[in-house]
Amino acid sequence: MLDDLIYPSWHWSISGLAIAFILFLLTMAGRSFGVSTTFKNICGLVGAGKKNEFFKFNYKEDSWRLFFIGGAIVGGFIAGVLFPNPYAVSLDSDTIFALEKLGIVYPTDDSLGHGFFPDNYFRWDSLKAWIIALAGGFLVGFGSRYADGCTSGHAITGLSHFQLPSLLTVIGFFIGGLVMTHFLMPFIL
Amino acid sequence: MKGIIFFLIGIFFGITMTKSEALSWFRIYEMFRFESFHMYGIIGTAVVIGAIIMTLLKIFKVKVAGGGLVTYTPLPLNIKRHLISGTIFGLGWALVGACPGPMFVLAGNGYFFIVVVIAGAVFGTYSYGMIKDKLPH
Repeated sequence: MLDDLIYPSWHWSISGLAIAFILFLLTMAGRSFGVSTTFKNICGLVGAGKKNEFFKFNYKEDSWRLFFIGGAIVGGFIAGVLFPNPYAVSLDSDTIFALEKLGIVYPTDDSLGHGFFPDNYFRWDSLKAWIIALAGGFLVGFGSRYADGCTSGHAITGLSHFQLPSLLTVIGFFIGGLVMTHFLMPFIL
Repeated sequence: MKGIIFFLIGIFFGITMTKSEALSWFRIYEMFRFESFHMYGIIGTAVVIGAIIMTLLKIFKVKVAGGGLVTYTPLPLNIKRHLISGTIFGLGWALVGACPGPMFVLAGNGYFFIVVVIAGAVFGTYSYGMIKDKLPH
């Protein structure tokens, strides 16, 4: 009975509610929910602040984010390693078929079997995987800083505050995502 | 001491990203193919409930930690900047199948190759910081 509560994935409505609750908690704690600034903070921590004021790590303003991210990693360990869902993500059958055409077999290309990440495709010994991961990561880092926020900062926080700039940014997220998924990934993967 | 509060909220965030399956590379691919309502349901619920909560906090002038009210500093509207920067982000989001929050949560789940993506994101952020004055804002 308790097992049915702890292990399985959540319904999308519960998940959405939980994210809104996180927005509420961080707002009450006097902070703005946004994860991508972590990358800027990492730049600052490894010394980029000396060259460029933009990266300067301000302990009073920025340290909370490192605690938050540390918690996020631990939370992933708790939910995915200590109390994992015994079933893989129930992906749509058309999606599985499309993945096969790209050369990714679901769910066996996820070595842990959760359906979270195709780490048998993105392998340490694959040069192609390194290039895709670095280039994709680069676009996420560059884009989120240029946009001044990512999914949490714009799609969740900004839209919850009825921000037009956030809505336009989210439209951009989908333009880029759709172009990549439908036109570029068949050539890249 | 305050750090512990954010650490605990972070743990809840990590659990939420995992149990919601929002951290899944496959779910993002499925979302951009419009083959499941799952991700749209999550984001839609979060925004509707989030907007209600933020609006109520503003109406009732609820004080947050530090004694201030709930405020939001808007970005200056620049349609070109928002669309271009968003598109750059979206290209990467679909390719690596993870936005910044889930990247860290995936590492906690034991998918360690994601640190290569995080390294790319840090370098992308650094590159933006070095050339930002030349970009339209």
